[in-house]
Amino acid sequence: MDLAYTDEEEEFRARLREWLTSVLPGLPEKPDPGDWPGRRAYDTGWQRLLHDAGYAGLNWPADAGGRGATPTQHLIFLEETERAGAPYVGANFVGLLHAGPTIAAEGTAAQRARWLPPVLRGDEIWCQGFSEPDAGSDLASLRTRAVRDGDDYVVSGQKIWTSHAEVADWCELLVRTDPAAPKHRGISWLAMRMDAPGVTVRPLRTLAGSTEFAEMFLDEVRVPVSHRVGAENDGWRVTMVTLSFERGTAFVGEVVACRRTLDALAAEARHNGRWDDTVLRRRLGRLNAEFRALWRLTQWNVSEAQSTGGVPGTGGSVFKLRYSHARQELYEAAAEVLGAGDALDLDREWVLDRLSSLSYTIAAGTSQIQRNIVAERILGLPKGR
Amino acid sequence: MDFRLTEDQRALRAGIRELLAGRFDRDRMRAALDGGGDIGRELWRELGTAGLFALRLPETAGGVGLGLPESVLAFDEIGRALLPGPLAATQLAAGVVKGAAEGEAVVALAEAGRPVGHLAQADALLVLDGDRARLLTGGVLRQVAGEARPVRSLDPGTPLWRVPDLAAYDGEPLPNGARVRREGALLTAAEQLGSAARSLESAVQHAGQREQFGTPIGAFQAVKHLCAGMLVRAETARTAVYAAAVTADPVEIAGAKLLADDAAVGNARDCLQVHGGMGFTWEADVHLHLKRAWLRAGQWLTAADAQEALAADLA
Repeated sequence: MDLAYTDEEEEFRARLREWLTSVLPGLPEKPDPGDWPGRRAYDTGWQRLLHDAGYAGLNWPADAGGRGATPTQHLIFLEETERAGAPYVGANFVGLLHAGPTIAAEGTAAQRARWLPPVLRGDEIWCQGFSEPDAGSDLASLRTRAVRDGDDYVVSGQKIWTSHAEVADWCELLVRTDPAAPKHRGISWLAMRMDAPGVTVRPLRTLAGSTEFAEMFLDEVRVPVSHRVGAENDGWRVTMVTLSFERGTAFVGEVVACRRTLDALAAEARHNGRWDDTVLRRRLGRLNAEFRALWRLTQWNVSEAQSTGGVPGTGGSVFKLRYSHARQELYEAAAEVLGAGDALDLDREWVLDRLSSLSYTIAAGTSQIQRNIVAERILGLPKGR
Repeated sequence: MDFRLTEDQRALRAGIRELLAGRFDRDRMRAALDGGGDIGRELWRELGTAGLFALRLPETAGGVGLGLPESVLAFDEIGRALLPGPLAATQLAAGVVKGAAEGEAVVALAEAGRPVGHLAQADALLVLDGDRARLLTGGVLRQVAGEARPVRSLDPGTPLWRVPDLAAYDGEPLPNGARVRREGALLTAAEQLGSAARSLESAVQHAGQREQFGTPIGAFQAVKHLCAGMLVRAETARTAVYAAAVTADPVEIAGAKLLADDAAVGNARDCLQVHGGMGFTWEADVHLHLKRAWLRAGQWLTAADAQEALAADLA
């Protein structure tokens, strides 16, 4: 048990801090959440800065254009960028955390050469075409069909919850290539151009009032067979590779962000007098324990990943379950701190966050599905329903 | 940074587990409870010989020279085995109270406003009073014991006594009482951890065997999700306790105690629920873990005090 960082790791942290201090003051103003072209420009601009400074794809393998950093270095990177208030990965999320690692792990040399460098440079944005209206938690029951026609697949169907679809260049798309096969076996993973004829994107408005994601309609879209990653009908296994990356590392920066929010809540409570409320004060104290523990759980999972060659294990499900509920509690506490009047004012900080936090126990695998994973894969309880 | 256990730490944990499995199996545990929570001097000595109490004494003082992380692993096993007795207080008094390091002496814990456990067998009393700590022995201890009155204890493994106001009794002051309290809280959190893990194992085992509607109840989501929640609680608390053992940071220890208390109490309750009617019987061990967890939650650092310390840490 050693929580100390090595001299090399501390040097890495110091260089990164120095770089962040030099580059952050020159960043443009953050765009309005509704301004998608502005958000794309802002997020890709940040990615280009990371790329030019040698921080792009830090945890990707070197032969995929990454830096081959250790999980611990990646942890330090996420911790320090968040602590410094650097931009979030934003529209680059799917490319850097889903599609990119999947292509790096499963793609051919030509596919890696075509798709990975633009992701690292911030030149191309990816979105995720997994979920469908009738295939959410039961993702493998997806129905979007791809039929071979010469060197192309002809794809028809509907996708939903497609984040960043409005500004994406590429979509990592799951399609059914063999309707007769058992449902997990007839699926393939395709890279689809978002400007291909037959692709229609319709933004969805969330309960928070924003358009974070979209529905996507596919009407006989032609996707070259050479854009399939992995073998035909092997897309489910390819997808599991992607999802393990998502659950393992996607939330590291957000734990740091939650701790910052908690400090800000305490400061606000001291300022507006709510700190004298013993119940509320102790509730904030409990949340401090929660997010400190989640940080330690992150370090634990990273240590495990480091020892097993970098692939995150089932610890990601444990983390995701605890974290998503804790983050909802954080914004419930925020509403208490604000008080009855301000908690209804959408212009007050944290009120929108409170609304957004409702998605955490649903997105990236609902808490119910995560509990099934924990119960069946970690505890070995029988499969059932 | 490598947060995982070292080979030596794994070996230490396995050694303590083996020792307790051999000397304190379920029959012995049950017999100890039926005997009114006798700590069993023989086993106490064996633990002393194995180095449990002298674990953190420097080798120059005849100790084992290990640190808080190793102590936490040992107390994790103690909690799992439901071993009775004021083990944390005795380890903290090792090197100060004669015979404590060797397992010859039992050092009980006294906190203001709370009953004292194992008073009749105590060779010394560790009195915690805010951030001060002192030891009562000899005639003073006998005087306290003489004025104490037994309580019908909730925990069958911990006989309790109400004692007179201890402020009136002088003792030998222990340096750095705040640290004594913190370390006692951490070791107790480790015991809670072991108990939480044991409750989880017991629930999973039962859910895999017990059949209803022609299928093991563990196949039903309602039961499965209870068990998953227990694992999440235990693992979150585990990383908090382990990290606190490495850093010895007061705020981190407060968080660890808070989450470990939650894990032990919550897991015992859920384990009882998974066991259904059987869980409500004296024969099942579930209630023993729950009652001990409640007892420990009130010792060294309560939830209210931990939360205040954690709140004060916020900017």
